Parts: sequence; C-alpha cells; structure tokens
Amino acid sequence: MYAFTFRRPETLRQAANLLSKNGDAKPLAGGHTLLPTMKLRLASPPELIDLSRIEGLEGIELTGRALTIGAMARHADVHGSPVVQQAIPVLAKLAGMIGDPAVRHMGTIGGSIANNDPSADYPAACLGLGATIVTNKRRIKADDFFTGMFSTALEPAEIITKVSFPIPKKAAYQKFRNQASRYALVGVFVAKRGGDIRVAVTGAGANGVFRIQSFEEALKKRFSPKSLEGMTIPADGMNSDIHGSAEYRAHLVGVLARRAVAEAVGK
Amino acid sequence: MCATGIGAAVRRKEDHRFITGKGHYTDDINQPGQAYAYFVRSPHAHATIKSIEAKEAARMPGVLGVLTGAELAADKIGNLICGWMIHSKDGSPMKMAPHPALASGKACFVGDPVAVVIAATLAQARDAAEKVKVDYAVLPAVTDPAQAQKSGVPQIHEVAPNNTIYQWHLGDAKAVESAFTSAKHVTKLDLVNNRLVPNAMEPRVAIGDYDTGSGTFTLWNTSQNPHVARLVIAAFVGMAPEHKLRVIAPDVGGGFGSKIFIYPEEVVALWAAKRVGRPVKWTAERSESFLCDAHGRDHVTHAEMAFDAEGRIVALRAKTVANLGAYMSTFSSAVPTYLYATLLSGQYEIPQIYCEVDAVYTNTGPVDAYRGAGRPEATFVVERLVEVGAREMGQDPAELRRKNFVKEFPHQTPVIMNYDTGDYNASLKRALEIADYKGFGRRKRESARNGKLRGVGFSTYIEACGIAPSAAVGSLGAGVGLWESAEVRVNPTGSVEVLTGCHAHGQGHETTFAQLVSDRLGIPIDNVSIIHGDTDKVQFGMGTYGSRSGAVGMSALVKALDKVEAKAKKVAAHMLEAAEGDIEFKDGKFSVAGTDKSAAWGEVALNAYIAHKFSGQELEPGLKEGAFYDPTNFTFPAGCHICEVEIDPETGNTEIAAWTAVDDFGVVVNPMIVEGQVHGGVAQGVGQALYEGAVYDKDGQLVTGSLLDYCMPRADHLPALNVATTVTKCPSNPLGIKGCGEAGAIAAPAAVINAITDAIGTEAIAMPATPQAVWAALKKAGRSLPHAA
Repeated sequence: MYAFTFRRPETLRQAANLLSKNGDAKPLAGGHTLLPTMKLRLASPPELIDLSRIEGLEGIELTGRALTIGAMARHADVHGSPVVQQAIPVLAKLAGMIGDPAVRHMGTIGGSIANNDPSADYPAACLGLGATIVTNKRRIKADDFFTGMFSTALEPAEIITKVSFPIPKKAAYQKFRNQASRYALVGVFVAKRGGDIRVAVTGAGANGVFRIQSFEEALKKRFSPKSLEGMTIPADGMNSDIHGSAEYRAHLVGVLARRAVAEAVGK
Repeated sequence: MCATGIGAAVRRKEDHRFITGKGHYTDDINQPGQAYAYFVRSPHAHATIKSIEAKEAARMPGVLGVLTGAELAADKIGNLICGWMIHSKDGSPMKMAPHPALASGKACFVGDPVAVVIAATLAQARDAAEKVKVDYAVLPAVTDPAQAQKSGVPQIHEVAPNNTIYQWHLGDAKAVESAFTSAKHVTKLDLVNNRLVPNAMEPRVAIGDYDTGSGTFTLWNTSQNPHVARLVIAAFVGMAPEHKLRVIAPDVGGGFGSKIFIYPEEVVALWAAKRVGRPVKWTAERSESFLCDAHGRDHVTHAEMAFDAEGRIVALRAKTVANLGAYMSTFSSAVPTYLYATLLSGQYEIPQIYCEVDAVYTNTGPVDAYRGAGRPEATFVVERLVEVGAREMGQDPAELRRKNFVKEFPHQTPVIMNYDTGDYNASLKRALEIADYKGFGRRKRESARNGKLRGVGFSTYIEACGIAPSAAVGSLGAGVGLWESAEVRVNPTGSVEVLTGCHAHGQGHETTFAQLVSDRLGIPIDNVSIIHGDTDKVQFGMGTYGSRSGAVGMSALVKALDKVEAKAKKVAAHMLEAAEGDIEFKDGKFSVAGTDKSAAWGEVALNAYIAHKFSGQELEPGLKEGAFYDPTNFTFPAGCHICEVEIDPETGNTEIAAWTAVDDFGVVVNPMIVEGQVHGGVAQGVGQALYEGAVYDKDGQLVTGSLLDYCMPRADHLPALNVATTVTKCPSNPLGIKGCGEAGAIAAPAAVINAITDAIGTEAIAMPATPQAVWAALKKAGRSLPHAA
C-alpha cells in the first residue's frame, strides 16, 4: 500500500466536495475490493473519503410498495434484517451469500453496486428487481445504472445514498460459485411483479450484469421453469477463464434460470 | 496403558498456546536494529538479464543496500544444491544446473529473485524495489513437461540438453515386455498428476543475523529440518562453518514438505545481514508463496497394467515425465524416482514392473516433495489402472483388488521395497462394511431419482514411510543419512526434557513424544518438555517429513530412554543397597525384587545429581542420555479408502457424499491426533482431485497465482469422514509404529477420480475434476442425465 490521505467527512455535502476537489480521490464504502487492491499496490488513490460517519446512509425501511436500503447498509445488516426478510426474502438470502463473514460485516450495498464487479451478487438483484439507485444528485434506474464491467452511470463526485427495491410477487436467486473465489461464476436472478418479469445474470457476461430478453418473453407467457426448457443463450459475449469457458457459462445461465424460476414458484 | 501413555487420546499440549495466539512463529520474532528485505523478482518466465540499474533505488530513504547476483558471486556465496544423486539409464549423472540465490545472467521462472533491497522498514524496501531497473531480453519459455524435451523448444540450462535432467528407469524391461505379450487383458491409461501449490497457512520467513564479535550467524526460519538447512548453508553455500551458524526453526505453521528445502531467501537474509551490518528479516507475501514455494506433483504418465485370464495382475509398466521446474530443489530428484517407482506394486503381488522417468526443466517454479511426495503419484497410477481394469473386465473392483493383494509377508516387490507386514484384506473388509458397499445400488437409485449421478471409488493404497535406513538410501543416491537422534535430559527434580532432531509443524510431537516418556517413566505428561528446532540445543537431526517422526524419531527416543533407565537403575541400586540386577522399574518406581524396598523416580533423579550415595569414580553423576536410531527398513502403512460422490449432471458439480478410511498405521500413539492427520490428508487429497491445480500460461505466467483462482479445499467441501484403523504391528521398530501423516493425501485422489468416473461412465477426466471439467466430460461422452440403474 502506498501512502494516502484519509478523510472522514460527516455530511454528504462534505464528502461530495472532497470528491470534487480531488478527481483521483476514492470514496470508501466498506473497502473490501478497494483495500486489498491497494495493499497489492495495484491501486494507489491519493485520497480516501470514508463514508462510514455520514448519518442516515445505513437505514433499511419499507415505504409503501418499496424497500429502501441505505447505501452504507452492510451485507450482514441486509441479511439479518427482519424488514428485508419479510419484504424481499431473496434479497436477505443473497446478502448472506456474499463473500465471507468478514466481508459481510464490512462490505456495503452501495459499495458493491458502485464497484459493479462483473461477478458480484447485488447488481443482479438490482437489475432483476428493477431497483432505483438514489444518489446525492438524482435517481437512476438499474437498467441505466450498470454500464459495463466495473463501470456505472455514476458521475464524478456522485455518491449513492440508497437503493429502492419494488416488492416483487415472486423472486429467486441461483448462484453457482467460482470454487476458488466464491464469487458468482454465474448467478441468475428472476423476479415477477405483475406483468414485469426480469431475468438478470451476473458472473457470465463480459460486460457485467445483463438481462435476457428471450427468457423474460418466454416467462411472460407462463412463469414456470417449463417455459425455459431447451432455451439457451449464445456463448458470444460470455466471460471465459480457467474456471469456466464461455460455452459453460452460457449453459449454466440456462440451468440456473430454470432453477431460479422453479424456486420462485416454489417447486 | 497409563492415562497419558501410548494409545491414549491425550489432548495436544501445544494447542493452548496456538489457539490463544501465544505461539512464537518466525515472523513474531524481531531483533534489535532489524532491517527488512524485499526481493525484486523476474516478471518473465525466461529472460536474459542485460543489466540491473540500482543507483536510484540505493538513494531512496532508508535503503541500506541493493544486492544482486554480481555481489553474491563476488562474495563467493555458493549455489543451492539438490542433495540426491540420480543416474540416468546410461550411467550418466543427473544434469544439475547452477542455482544461485540471486539470478545470475538469466531468470528462469516468474518469481526468480533477481535483486534484493534491504531497508530500515518494509515499506521503504518495497518502494525502493520498484526503482530497481532491470533490463530483460525476454526469451521464449516452456512450461509443459510433455513439451520440454521436444526439438525446437527453448533450452533453459546449458548443462541439460533437451531440458532433460535424467532419464532413469527401474525394473526389468524385457521381463515386463514378455509378460505383456502373453497377457489376456491390458488396461492403458494416460494420466496427469496435477501440479499443486502447498499453501501452508504460515508463509515462509527468514531472519538473518551476524554477530561481528563472535563471527557467528543466526538464522531463524520456517524449516522442517533446521540441521539440514545448516549443513547445506555451511557446506555447500559456504556461508560459514557449521559451528558458526545457528539455525532456529521455532513454531512453524504447516509445511507439507514445502519447508524441507533450502531456499534462496534464507541464504540472502544471512548474507545481507553481514553485508549491511544489521539483522535482516524477510516474510513472504502469499503471492510470493504461490510463485516461489516448491510446488508438488506435476507428472505426465502413460501406464499399462497386464492381467491374465483369471484377472491376476502379471505386469505393470509406466513412462513418466516429471516436471522439476526451473531449478532442482533440495530433494527434487528423489521424488519422481525412489519415492515413486518403488511404490508401483501397490498392495498387489505384481511379478514384473518397469518404470521409466524423465525429469525435465521448465520455466516454472521448482517442484519438490509435497505431502506424500511420489507416493500419491504412484498410488494414482496403480489404483486408477486396477479400477479401470476391473471395469473393462467386468469384475467388481473390490474383488479384483482382493484377488491380487499381497497375502504373505515379508514380500519382496520387483521395485526394491520389501513389505514387512500388513493385512490388506482386513482393511478392505472393514471399509466395505463401514461404507455399506452392499447398499450402494440403492443409494445410486435414490440419487438418480433426485437427478444426480452417484459413483463409488476405491483406493487401496500403500506408502513407504519411516524414511529411512541410511545405508539403503545412500546406495540409491541420497547425500545424507536418514536416521534420527534423541536426547533425554532428566532434571534433579525428575522432570524431563527431550531434545529431538525431528521438527513439529502441526504434527503434535510435544504431546506424542511426551506420551512415550510418560508411558516409559511413569511420570505425568506435564513433567515432560519436548525441545526441537534449534541447532544450538539439539545436537543433530534430520527433521520431519515422510511420516518419519513416529517410526524413526520416537524409536531414537526409545533407545535414549533405555539408556536412561539403565543408568537410573544403577543409581537406584546404590540408594537401595542392592545389586543392580535385582532392581526392577515399573510405574515410575524402582524396587528391589522380592523385597518391599523401593525408590520413586524423583528420588532416583535427585540422587543421580547430588551423588551422595555413590562414588563418582564408579558411577558418573547425572542422568542424561542420547541415542541415534537408524531404521532397518521403511515402514509400510496401507489401507482402504472408499469415496462416494454425487454429481449434478447439469452443472458438473461434484459433492463428496461419503468417505470411509480404514488405515493400518501400526501401533497408534494418539488416536485423536492420528484421526486429525487422516482428516487433513484426505482434505488435501480431495483438494488435488477436485479443486487444486497450478496453471501456467504458455508465457510462463502463473494464472493461479492467488486464492482467488487457486482453490484450496474448505471445511464445507467435505462430509464427516468415517475413519477407522486396523493394526498390524510394524516389526522393524521398537514401538511398532508405521506413520500416518501422508496417508490421506496419498489415498484420496484415486478414490475420488475412481468414484467420479464410475458416476459419469467415462474415464476421460483429469484432475482437478472441476464442475466445468466434469460437465465437459459428460458432454463429450454423450451423457447428461442420470439413468436409474
């Protein structure tokens, strides 16, 4: 790790100002990707802006037909929250599948989606549930937020404050882990809310999380694993590495989508 | 048996300090004025070093020195060596290339140390290391052992044309050929024994110190055998004579073989300490461990087994290419030869065996002994051949094994080993019962109903442990003897210190060796301390590896205890005014036969030191005895492991559904520790079969260079293991011990792969059998859905 300046603002405005002043500064929201990268000297931000002392970024609440989770809510908070467990049980379950206990007690939902690791779990939940990402400047639909591997619609000095999830009628997440890292080799999130059906995939795509329109159309006719029988997606555009070829990942997307739908409908 | 004697499941004495964070590992040790070393390592697998520009680095804050191979050579620091001479078929000696502690002129693998920066703090050393400018001319690399000998492939060392270190063989090629010609059935397999990264929990550490007053060096390091380290660094590297070099290996957090070897970093720490005039510490980062700790396995083998009409094995032949990496590590030459081919008879009566082994250099990190060392590779060859042979001939794999077991002992195999004792059928029988082999069909159908493929696999393995009779290994090329020493120091108050040349790095010697003393002297286990790992305390020893500490180290302790008892009897005779021959010693008490006169252990110990009851002219005061024990044979632990797997055909994911291990380790000193050793060994073996595999790309970059990509087995990868033992007492050592440290890692890979191939109905699967690999194998074989049998 190289030397850096550590700042701990107490308001969102201070944090945004600090980020504006130094374009190379990085917000710290758990740091379970950023800090190991810095320790390996693969990243060397001159300034870290720790968001953990800013009030009001950690709450979890149910408001009307949406579940709102503060950006600094830790994975363990989401996993253990009775509100989340009641409103969107799959989201609580997903949070419990991230990393290990150390990661879950430090890592945050805002940090995870701002990083948009192509194998992370939360981006699949955001896209699969049609979440809205709220920042200090605006509201961004998940469909517009994730713009590619490790890339988002966030502008400089824009800070996520909370994520708002509409409550689905049915939802499930199937994660097939990379054996070594335990990130998703492929993860498929399916959700049904009225006529809105979403199938979001993490881990597989070379450009990060994505939706599968063909699967969604098939499920609109009937929300059943049978609707996806024999359906595949092309291997083009899939990630390929020693853990899984593009072909294998594409195959797993089909398998996990069927399993997720089966889980969602309780079969 | 007393409550803390041989056979008692005594809690490990050392665990309290380990689990409360009070262990003293090398990195916990700091010396006044200590500086830090950071190595500049080659980012290229094969490159000429055109120049090294260190001026800017040398001017960085805190920097005490930037050293390269040129300074090393100028100071006449010698090369690292491989200490086991192997001769090729044509009689020529192995081609050992120079291995300087800092690369000289050329880097031969990614991670090869090219320079070292010594600075006041680690951060300063690291900052300065980034300023060392090395001008490389990158050369093409070769990483695949199967390609290394081909023409047109990059040549790594001048001394070794075609990258070939030796072309060795064992056995009678003609007799084997003739047996194959008349065989009824021949099973053929191409096998890869995947390359593994040891990953001990504690990374390697070295602290070098030089005392200008006495001219003495001290090295604290993470070693499994500090005396051997001292011998090599003194006699070959030439750092200092042995009596001017002290090596201390304190608490060591796991080794699995990787800490046997003498590494460049410890040589550099000593040398640099003298150069900069301050103690120098180096602690490996996990990334360095991945690149530079000696890896294990990495064999490419074609093997064939010949059967007669009755299914009896008539011959076995194997041709193996063993990858030794860029340099020959300390014992690398012995692993794919005398620790491998000599075990190709397995538990079976095989009249003829022939094995050829070519060892090659590649542009990868060095490869040497890793838990099992050669014997897992042999077991994988034999147990895969037997299993596939049974399938091809339509025989039950358990029955085919039983038919071919060695049943009479001693048994001379065609590949050197003389099996002393065993009862292979007993462990097989017990394992079949525990595993409920008869119920397998039912479980397979049950799995099929759940959409899963179930398979069962056997591994009836054998290993040679208790290494080793010194003259025997000497005749095979070893540069050292493999006896062990022990010294027993009885204090005047009767407590006991044992100094052993073995070294514990997870094995629990502080408990098991104390159990032996408790058993023999009738004293509480807490009155016994086991001291190891310091060349200034222990006179000499060969260290711990190859499951040798029980069979060899404890045998030395038995000999020393015999001498202590004999001396103590003399003291007791004087105290009790009786003839020495009338003194009996039992349960910690010396008594005169046929009388009620007695003296307790503590009284005798005290009298040995105060020496009031005897004249110093007829009996020397004191009670301290030492012994060296040289074994007369290897020991032969053996057993039967049965693995059941359940495979999800849609994803290719394999789960270990059940594991049965029935092992014959001879006499068991502490059943709890032995069970732990089996658990750990099986986990490592399952790791090799399902998860672990070091992958280099064609340019020689280690793709699996961190735990993000290299998968170590985790607790939830394994079910509860069913572990049992059968016992045949080892006849060649006084306690009847065979050894248990490597059995699981030796047995497990074949059991897992036999189970997977049983489940998926194709033999074409390599280790590690990852979900992707299993899915691809199923797809290739045209099988995807389970069929209820």
